[in-house]
Amino acid sequence: MILQTLAFYLFAAVLLASAVMVIASRNPVHSVLFLILAFFNAAALFVLIGAEFLAMILVVVYVGAVAVLFLFVVMMLDINLTELRQGFLQYLPVGALIGLVLVIELIMVLGGWQLSPELAAMAQTPTAAMSEYSNTAQLGQVLYTRYAFLFQGAGIVLLIAMMGAIVLTLRHRDVKRQKIARQVATKPGDTIEIRKIRPGEGV
Amino acid sequence: MNELALSDLQTALPELWLAVAGMALLMLGVFTSNRATRLIVGLAILVFIVAGVLVNTGRAGTAFDGLIIDDTFGAFMKTLILIGSGLTLVMSLGYIRREGMERFEFPVLIVFATLGMFVMVSANDLMSLYIGLEMQSLALYVCAAFQRDSLRSTEAGLKYFVLGAVASGMLLYGASMVYGFTGTTSFTALAAELGNGSDISLGVVVGLVFIAAGLAFKVSAVPFHMWTPDVYEGAPSPVTAFFSIAPKVAAVALLIRVLTGPFGGLFAEWQQIVFLLAVASMLLGAFGAIAQTNIKRLMAYSSIGHVGYILVGLAAGTAEGINGIAIYLATYIAMGIGAWGCILAMRRQQRMVEDISDLAGLSRSNPGLAAAFAIFMFSMAGIPPLAGFFGKFYVFLAAVNAGLYTLAVIGVLTSAVGAFYYIRIVKVMYFDEAGDAFDRPVGRELSWVIGIAAAFTLLFFVYTGPVLDGADAASRSLGIVAGGEAQTAALE
Repeated sequence: MILQTLAFYLFAAVLLASAVMVIASRNPVHSVLFLILAFFNAAALFVLIGAEFLAMILVVVYVGAVAVLFLFVVMMLDINLTELRQGFLQYLPVGALIGLVLVIELIMVLGGWQLSPELAAMAQTPTAAMSEYSNTAQLGQVLYTRYAFLFQGAGIVLLIAMMGAIVLTLRHRDVKRQKIARQVATKPGDTIEIRKIRPGEGV
Repeated sequence: MNELALSDLQTALPELWLAVAGMALLMLGVFTSNRATRLIVGLAILVFIVAGVLVNTGRAGTAFDGLIIDDTFGAFMKTLILIGSGLTLVMSLGYIRREGMERFEFPVLIVFATLGMFVMVSANDLMSLYIGLEMQSLALYVCAAFQRDSLRSTEAGLKYFVLGAVASGMLLYGASMVYGFTGTTSFTALAAELGNGSDISLGVVVGLVFIAAGLAFKVSAVPFHMWTPDVYEGAPSPVTAFFSIAPKVAAVALLIRVLTGPFGGLFAEWQQIVFLLAVASMLLGAFGAIAQTNIKRLMAYSSIGHVGYILVGLAAGTAEGINGIAIYLATYIAMGIGAWGCILAMRRQQRMVEDISDLAGLSRSNPGLAAAFAIFMFSMAGIPPLAGFFGKFYVFLAAVNAGLYTLAVIGVLTSAVGAFYYIRIVKVMYFDEAGDAFDRPVGRELSWVIGIAAAFTLLFFVYTGPVLDGADAASRSLGIVAGGEAQTAALE
């Protein structure tokens, strides 16, 4: 148990530190790399509470797709961060005020948190221990049975999105393609012409 | 129930058929490249015909643990959607050949959009509602920007996409509120949970308002209509024709199902919203169209007005009102397809023209087309005995019977204003100085569609049976508890 607690504090500390670095670092590429580190640590936190499927999805989707996309964009755009930062102090009071409001709201929501009596009773009813089933299998079981229709429907939506991207952007330009057979069959005489040039005269 | 049963698949057969057929057409298109576009359009129309048979012979009931529902109402609306989608494809054949839109993705996108509309119409859960809505919208965004080299088309697509995403966000926010305060997303469970609307928390009402706002965007009701004129003007004409017909039916059907089903008990709350939307849409539809010179923009305002009249029936909240809406939608499809067919025929020297003044003297250069266009315009104005009159008549009758006299009076007055700009088009065609003639021939498919739509609009009053019976069965299958009737009784 102590090991888990230690691990939690380690991951949480790294997560918070890298999150701060995302907005504090001078180089946007470093920002994205810190973001990836934050994602990894959040995934580790998910593993600690036994949500391994969510952890894997976080890594695959956010690190694998979203962060890499960010990296691409950041590297392609020529952003001058010092210019962007100039108004920082000016906006600080407003930002701090909004942050304060959010914190108060959070305290109010969490302070007024109550569990209904039925829920307390439900917590008493025995369920199988967490170790007896994996949440990946559980998700799969409802996704492919009860929600099969929606799952397939979402698949079609993605197919349409893919078609749309292709329809709107793909252009068949006249690309010069490599024809290996012709290359191999070429004889020296087809491409090279040998001429005799006498001294003192042009071609 | 946690297992998939065969009966689930049977209930969802039309949706499954469209999904599988759409993917098959996509594969066919990929392997034949753009050579087989005409073939794929033909096959897509065939797919719609088969889907129509499946819809009307299907097994009724709920499926997938209550995620979707199939009933007479759904079958009626799906049939209308199929007619709209199929005929738009037929009409677009000539256009896509001429205007360099001959890419196989277009019919495939229409098939997938239709699939999304099917899911919307048969949604019985907030989650399936959202999936259906996104499926439809995403396909439509792409269709709007389909002519990617045209600045106006891409602008329309981008505008539609951004505003549509905002609307989806509002809808999702509302759905999350409703889920948070009731603990369920299923329409059946929501209806049981909300009961007759007494003793419900404010959170649910806030959620309902957001959901209604999101859906009002999709039907382009005022004040969520801003995108409509720009998108209608910018998108390629067959796509605009499609926008103004099939997705309207789907969104209206979805709005009816959501408001009368799970939120049936909150009638008093949503009636105010629908009332306001209806009044604002009717007024803006009537007055906004007057100053338009572009026929596509004019049709956009006209469609906003039509949505207003449709919402009058919903504000009544009775089975009679839904009956009126069903009849209205059936006649609206016929008029809409016909009018857009005529707009697609407006070509001069191989180019599309879109100004109302371009129609001048059409009665002399192409009397048939002018007569058909005049029929559609008179019908849209609601002049008896044309089809459009019946839709308005039943909707207003339901409003009067539900005690909504204000709404009915505003409706009649705005119809009179609307008649001005519809009949102005007829005047331009018949009495104005003739300009250059439009290109002949109009095209075989297009003239067939215009002819059939004109015949339906003109002769609807002779044989109203199938539409009226279908609408009646559809409205009764919803099993509305008649919040409106109780309300009216209280008023008297």
